[in-house]
Amino acid sequence: MYGKKVKLRLLFLSFIFLIIILSVFLILKSLEENVVYFISPTEIKNLPEIDITKRIRVGGMVKEETIKLNQNQISFVITDFKNEINVTYSGAVPNLFSEGKGVVAEGYLKDRSFFNAKKILAKHDENYMPPEVKEALEATK
Amino acid sequence: MLKNFEPNKIFLITSKAPKYILFAFIIIISIGLIEALIISPEDYIQSHSVRIMYVHVPSAWISLGTFSVIAILSFVILIFKNKSFILIAKSLAPSGLVFNIIALVTGSIWGKPTWGTWWAWDARITSMLILALFYIIYILAWRIYDGTEKVDKVTSLIAILGAINIPIIKYSVDWWSTLHQPASINIFVKTSIHSSMIVPLALMTAAFALFSILIFLMKYNTELIKIKNKGLDRL
Repeated sequence: MYGKKVKLRLLFLSFIFLIIILSVFLILKSLEENVVYFISPTEIKNLPEIDITKRIRVGGMVKEETIKLNQNQISFVITDFKNEINVTYSGAVPNLFSEGKGVVAEGYLKDRSFFNAKKILAKHDENYMPPEVKEALEATK
Repeated sequence: MLKNFEPNKIFLITSKAPKYILFAFIIIISIGLIEALIISPEDYIQSHSVRIMYVHVPSAWISLGTFSVIAILSFVILIFKNKSFILIAKSLAPSGLVFNIIALVTGSIWGKPTWGTWWAWDARITSMLILALFYIIYILAWRIYDGTEKVDKVTSLIAILGAINIPIIKYSVDWWSTLHQPASINIFVKTSIHSSMIVPLALMTAAFALFSILIFLMKYNTELIKIKNKGLDRL
């Protein structure tokens, strides 16, 4: 149907395209550590060794009933429902920061279960709804 | 079949279409803005900043869609040496870039009150920035290689390379841990946006799509006139 030249160009271009996709995949795979924005408490637990001088981000859910305020320090627990990590932080938190919601803490590990945060980011989930709907949902629980 | 687009016949249609599209755009954006800013409810947790979503999400969709179309056209241009697609691909780029920038800026404005930061180097936001860079490189390549023989090949290759980034943007939120939330609108799974918020989102998407078609047609007509004035009767 199409000429030999068209077929050749199609083959050549597809070949180049596949090779580039493969190399992009391999690059992203090897850089995975840097591509992920935060790591979970479980991943911290499984780290072969911890570096207390390296600034890292830990993310998960703020465990219910763990936010404690004393003077100008706030402490809470980040959980991924398998493992947890205790976080301390002094400073302002974003409006969306609350119990049972997603959070990303940036700072330094003290050890495998204590984290000293320098910055707190709230993570929003994919749910959008008016307050009345949320109340109705809560009521049916 | 594709090679037989008559520039003069096309111009007859494309030079008249903008005023109808502008008319439809004004009507839909008016209803869309009233829905998005007044009628639609506030969110249970973000309160009024959810309204930024009605600009942010359609802009992001359109910039992704536009680049996909440019990439597909470029593929046809390279394989079949199709001449009539070249100007279409070229004319699509400016509005795609504008919507890409709008998505980045509105995302930043939304991020500050919601996340607590203007910018995060997470996979979704970074890949979106790379898309904007591809748009800029694509448009610059048209400028730099303007009038040369290889301009079609260079720009088409850039578009095809940039297309690899499109699935990365789409699935970045699933493949890696990101600050950006995963997709709320799903074809196969239940959508996690309440129906009262879907209406303004759909209207704004339609309005922005019309606007980008409008900008595309204006650019395309300019390109056609440029060719006419050069005294060339080929596309």
